[in-house]
Amino acid sequence: MKLAVLDSAELSARLRGPGLVLRTGPVWLRITSQLDSVAAALASLYAEQETLLAGQAQPFCDFDVRVDAVSGPRRWLRPQAQFLFDALKPFKPMALPHASAMLEWGLNWCVSSHCHQYIIIHAAVVERGGRAMVLPAPPGSGKSTLCAGLVNRGWRLLSDELTLIDPLSGELVPLARPVSLKNKSIEVIQAFAPEARFGPLTRDTVKGTVSHMRPPATSVQRDTERARLGWVVFPRYRADSAIKPMPLARGEALMALVDNAFNYHLHGRQGFDTLCDGVAAADCLRFEYSDLEQACAYFTALADAQEPLR
Amino acid sequence: MSVSSGISLLSRALVDPSACLLWDVRDWETLLQQARRANLLARLALGFERAGLLSQLPAGPRRHFDSVQKVADSQERAVRWEVAQISHALHDLGGPVLLLKGAAYVMAGLPAAQNRLFADVDILVPRARLEAVEYALQAEGWQNIHHDEYDQRYYREWMHEIPPMRHQRRDTVIDVHHNILPLTSRLAVDAGMLLAQAVPIPGWPGLYRLDDVDLILHSACHLFLDGEFDKGLRDLVDLDALLRHFGGQLNFWGDLQARARALGLGRVLFYALRYSAQILQTPVPGEQLRALRDVAPETALLAWMDGLFLRALQPDHPSSEDAWTGVARRLLYLRAHWMRMPTGLLIRHLATKALRRQPEEARPA
Repeated sequence: MKLAVLDSAELSARLRGPGLVLRTGPVWLRITSQLDSVAAALASLYAEQETLLAGQAQPFCDFDVRVDAVSGPRRWLRPQAQFLFDALKPFKPMALPHASAMLEWGLNWCVSSHCHQYIIIHAAVVERGGRAMVLPAPPGSGKSTLCAGLVNRGWRLLSDELTLIDPLSGELVPLARPVSLKNKSIEVIQAFAPEARFGPLTRDTVKGTVSHMRPPATSVQRDTERARLGWVVFPRYRADSAIKPMPLARGEALMALVDNAFNYHLHGRQGFDTLCDGVAAADCLRFEYSDLEQACAYFTALADAQEPLR
Repeated sequence: MSVSSGISLLSRALVDPSACLLWDVRDWETLLQQARRANLLARLALGFERAGLLSQLPAGPRRHFDSVQKVADSQERAVRWEVAQISHALHDLGGPVLLLKGAAYVMAGLPAAQNRLFADVDILVPRARLEAVEYALQAEGWQNIHHDEYDQRYYREWMHEIPPMRHQRRDTVIDVHHNILPLTSRLAVDAGMLLAQAVPIPGWPGLYRLDDVDLILHSACHLFLDGEFDKGLRDLVDLDALLRHFGGQLNFWGDLQARARALGLGRVLFYALRYSAQILQTPVPGEQLRALRDVAPETALLAWMDGLFLRALQPDHPSSEDAWTGVARRLLYLRAHWMRMPTGLLIRHLATKALRRQPEEARPA
């Protein structure tokens, strides 16, 4: 059953009581929070995710997390939110209005530091015709913007932050969670896809103003469907640039994937072989763009020119 | 299950992995949380593997065991590599270099090494060679971490090790010891006796480990005299693995007792055997504990120590704590400091620490 079916009273009751259990890709979460802002953000961003019917048997939850206000006298002077995992606080508290963003970052941390059954790369990943396009790039390169653009033009979202690769099969594993957009790209995507749904604006974070976009419904519904690597693309937004695809040597693409990996070193020989095989079957390019519509059209044409894998 | 019995879900699962097959999902969740907090998730996975049960486990926990297996495998590769680097850096110095704890277990191929997660490499060298060793490590890229003058003095004059050193490129940490207990400790150990019995590591000229019984006594000292109990159960699991491995050898138990007494560590050994047997059901022959009666605490004190250690040796997780757990851990911390240095020095040390902290906290962020 999807989370949108819960009314807001039921959602709050679960969050404040036994915890809201929901699935995203391969992981089950139990989230607890007394905060209305967290309930509202979850209702809007996780509407399509699977949750439990009242009385349904509980699955094993991979991560049991809590976001709540810090108690104590300081809450009157400078109210803060904290993130708890295994009854530990892995991060310093943040300003209370950042609570829902903190939950997103905390969940990213849960996956990137505990799901080493996958090779995890800091990259966005989208799919079309059974082929996945991985977009690794440093912050500010326009990776998330391009990812958000593509998933609003018919591509399927696998993840905007965490590319999970099964080291045995080389397949990409979806984790279709909210897409994090920063500063100007929030308005860019709101204009590009007026139908897209956004969570609250979180101002003055270390990353500037942040807002999360709800993943497309079909991406969430298909979030157990894996994909094969088709392209490795290093995007770069450059004002007034025409779209400019530039071929990239596979060796260089491979090394860049390694540089962007969270846990490549844990996978030893198998990790190396899997990434080599994946990149050998993929097209690799650098890509400069300024117009998002043109960029999306370019990649869609590229994907549709190939036989679909399924 | 009660906290004062020392039997958490985690210790039950380590003792009898097959019992977990009947547990519900919430028990499994708690078990995994306890294991993560105790740094024993990989060891827990190994228990299921050794029992041939991995494939029968629910898919949820198995995902986490797959994950932590990658970490354990890569750490073993990393330790072997790091030991090779240390061996290279210290080779020209000649003298013996003893690997301690995890690195020793790995290089000696002991079962205690399997799926043991660790943070740094510990070595022991003769005190007279400390300076040369430190210099040789610096020449190969390791640098002292503690620069504070008081810390330097604290380590160099009173402790059994020099300040930790971190490699500037690999970020790995090495602790260089010259003894297994602080110089100021109420239970001082003659490091010469340890060095005299050191066992060579096959295939690595110049590298040694402690003798079998000394491995156990060092592990026991670390656990019962160090005062940090957040990973106490992990150390007890080491002791259990070592005792099970060496326990079948001829004369082992007699040698262990004799050595403990010779080094002045009889009571530490008593605690190690008592709590390892109680919490992890280590097969300790009953007469061994009885033979240590003369060095064991008397009945009333032992009841107290049971109350403290059985709480502190639980996983550091709310599900295995009661109202007294925090107090128990703090008292054991104080006890460790008490054991570590004479009263005058202890007061000076705690005062310095307390006074020094304030200016740091007052500094604007």
